[in-house]
Amino acid sequence: MTSNIRYKSRIPVKTEDSIEEKQYVGFATLPNQVHRKSVKKGFDFTLMVAGESGMGKSTLVNSLFLTDLYKDRKLLNAEERINQTVEIIKHTVDIEEKGVKLKLTIVDTPGFGDAVNNNECWKPITDYIDQQFEQYFRDESGLNRKNIQDNRVHCCLYFIPPFGHGLRPVDVEFMKALHEKVNIIPLIAKADCLTPNEIKKLKDRIREEIDKFGIKVYQFPECDSDEDEEFKQLDKELKECTPFAVIGSNTVVEARGQRVRGRLYPWGIVEVENQSHCDFVKLRNMLIRSHMHDLKDVTCDVHYENYRAQCIQEMTSKLAQDNRMESPIPILPLSTPDVDTEKLIKMKDEELKRMQEMLNKMQQQMHDKEQ
Amino acid sequence: KKFTDMINEDKRTLELSGHVGFDSLPDQLVSKASAQGFCFNILCVGETGIGKSTLMNTLFNTTFENEEASHYEQKVELRPHTYELQESNVNLKLTVVHTVGFGDQINKEQSYKPILEYIDAQFEKFLEEELKIKRSLFNYHDTRIHICLYFIAPNGHSLKSLDLVTMKKLDSKVNIIPVIAKADTVSRNELEKLKIKVMSELVSNGVQIYQFPTEDEAVAEINSSMNTLLPFAVVGSVDDVKVGNKMVKGRLYPWGSVEVENEKHCDFVKLREMLLRVNMEDLREQTHARHYELYRRCKLEEMGFKDTGTDSQSFSLQQTYEAKRKEFLVELQRKEEEMRQMFVNKVKETEAELKEKEKELHERFEQLKRMHQEEKKNLEEKRRELEEEMNAFNRRKVAAETLMGQALQGCSQQPFKKDKDKKK
Repeated sequence: MTSNIRYKSRIPVKTEDSIEEKQYVGFATLPNQVHRKSVKKGFDFTLMVAGESGMGKSTLVNSLFLTDLYKDRKLLNAEERINQTVEIIKHTVDIEEKGVKLKLTIVDTPGFGDAVNNNECWKPITDYIDQQFEQYFRDESGLNRKNIQDNRVHCCLYFIPPFGHGLRPVDVEFMKALHEKVNIIPLIAKADCLTPNEIKKLKDRIREEIDKFGIKVYQFPECDSDEDEEFKQLDKELKECTPFAVIGSNTVVEARGQRVRGRLYPWGIVEVENQSHCDFVKLRNMLIRSHMHDLKDVTCDVHYENYRAQCIQEMTSKLAQDNRMESPIPILPLSTPDVDTEKLIKMKDEELKRMQEMLNKMQQQMHDKEQ
Repeated sequence: KKFTDMINEDKRTLELSGHVGFDSLPDQLVSKASAQGFCFNILCVGETGIGKSTLMNTLFNTTFENEEASHYEQKVELRPHTYELQESNVNLKLTVVHTVGFGDQINKEQSYKPILEYIDAQFEKFLEEELKIKRSLFNYHDTRIHICLYFIAPNGHSLKSLDLVTMKKLDSKVNIIPVIAKADTVSRNELEKLKIKVMSELVSNGVQIYQFPTEDEAVAEINSSMNTLLPFAVVGSVDDVKVGNKMVKGRLYPWGSVEVENEKHCDFVKLREMLLRVNMEDLREQTHARHYELYRRCKLEEMGFKDTGTDSQSFSLQQTYEAKRKEFLVELQRKEEEMRQMFVNKVKETEAELKEKEKELHERFEQLKRMHQEEKKNLEEKRRELEEEMNAFNRRKVAAETLMGQALQGCSQQPFKKDKDKKK
């Protein structure tokens, strides 16, 4: 009996096995191969932080990456900041987690919005972003493309002060100057200044104003329709929570029996990683754990491509004007009509017209004379 | 000897042998003042949304009407509101002035100007009243700003550049008390560092903020200790939160409740104490005796008044005024003359120009007339020529026609001849 059963139960397995063996090609291991190669290659990410001084930008970056990026920082006092211009400072660190290496670059913008006259204070920032695009463009079009360094800015965290009623003119102007060059993620800084009701009101107001002024902030990609309900729900919550209200902290405090990053007040302890206290966890998950690569993709596919197309258009129209044969970058010449031949054609046209008129006149004269 | 010199001689102190009763003078003064009512004017300077209206509501335990300001004002404006308050038979006419749109513009270089102009305007009004011939200072509604509360945003590191520039412009015009607004976002040791940093920046830039007076022994101690606690870190709220089994004014957070009147949480109580309960009268005095007097002196000096002349004799205001007036009238006359002269010159010039133009026009007219005549002559000639040609042509035509007519006749008469010829 048992042998029969065994024999019976084996036959289907065996046939299935062989069927599978015949049908199994093996490219299902591609994801694993990609994973292995990428771990070996390592990743890079460039994050820009912008906002007035004292908004907690460096504290937040330290909290996000659980490290101390800003050592020996010199903070200017009020008098020195009256006429301050915006600087661009880069900090690059190599961090590793479970064998995955990340080269993280933080681009800091000290001085933004600090002077008394902040006209066009975002210009150094847009210039920097354009420079990185230009550099990449040249590298990409060069002959030796083995070691291209990608210094393009993948994401810009913009810190909105929580003390006002919404966006201020400088916030609007900054975001409008940058929204087509970089992914902007607006954040409400120092959110421990607002009660939950106030946070909701402020978020609604900011979302409204972003729509009103036509600012294109980074949009989370739609999740696939075949994801499970839980994931979709989380995704929906995430999108409704923007802009994130964040709190950062460099210090560890004791709360509810655990040691957590937080801020100690006489009336309570704010925990940075407590979701009911602030949206820090959401930001971290979004920025690092799920959408880091999407941010890079959007930068490459959208912002960089826009820059490149614009650049090429400018160059070809310039070339046509200057009549130069060589160009620094190999590009297909557009069929723009030569300016000289155009002039000639115009002249000939005019001559023709004049002759036509004269003929008409003469005919008329003859006609008149006959009569 | 002059009468004035005699009065300043040798004051003697005498002992009283009984109770006279003039120790009631302060009480008389107080009851008179209370009957009249007091006047107090607060200016709140701070960026939009920083909590100025909320703090006023909290301080005076009432709700002053105030609409939420927008961030998109083009310029800074000042909005004064006056209220009548009463507490235990004491009437207070309170004017609260808020800055609207402060700190919102991208270019804030002119932001301090409207504030300065407002303060000066109130001084000017008072000065005008003082200089009137028929004046009523006793029931004049004094709108001069007695205290300016400057709201510093708690950004954690130090003052903003705008704050420094503005306070420097205002410190000689008004009593300034800086406060750190929304202080429930600053933890305790951050707060200590921030207070020290703010005060050191103010001191190193020579900004003179209001010091609570320490001459009066009754309040010297508390005032001097409060002076060290500046700037006050305040939190404002008109909402109640439950703490224990009481309802107190505060803000409810997921991690705890901030109580506005708890001195361990913020300095609101200290501010109220200093501002309203202890030093209100001193603020009014300082405004009148120091800031207003400075304004008045500068203004009068501008106008040309002096206290002492070149020979060290004091002028009377009246004489100086008369002299100024005469000077002014003379100046006015001179200007009138000048303008009249200019007018006459201008008229002459324009007349001359017009005459020129007229002449030119005349000449042109003559020229055109001549041309016209010539052309007419030419055309006449051409006409004549054409007519001659036409006549000649007609004659030729007639001649040709007759010829043709003859030829035709000839043809029709001899058709056979032709045929015959052909046949031949």
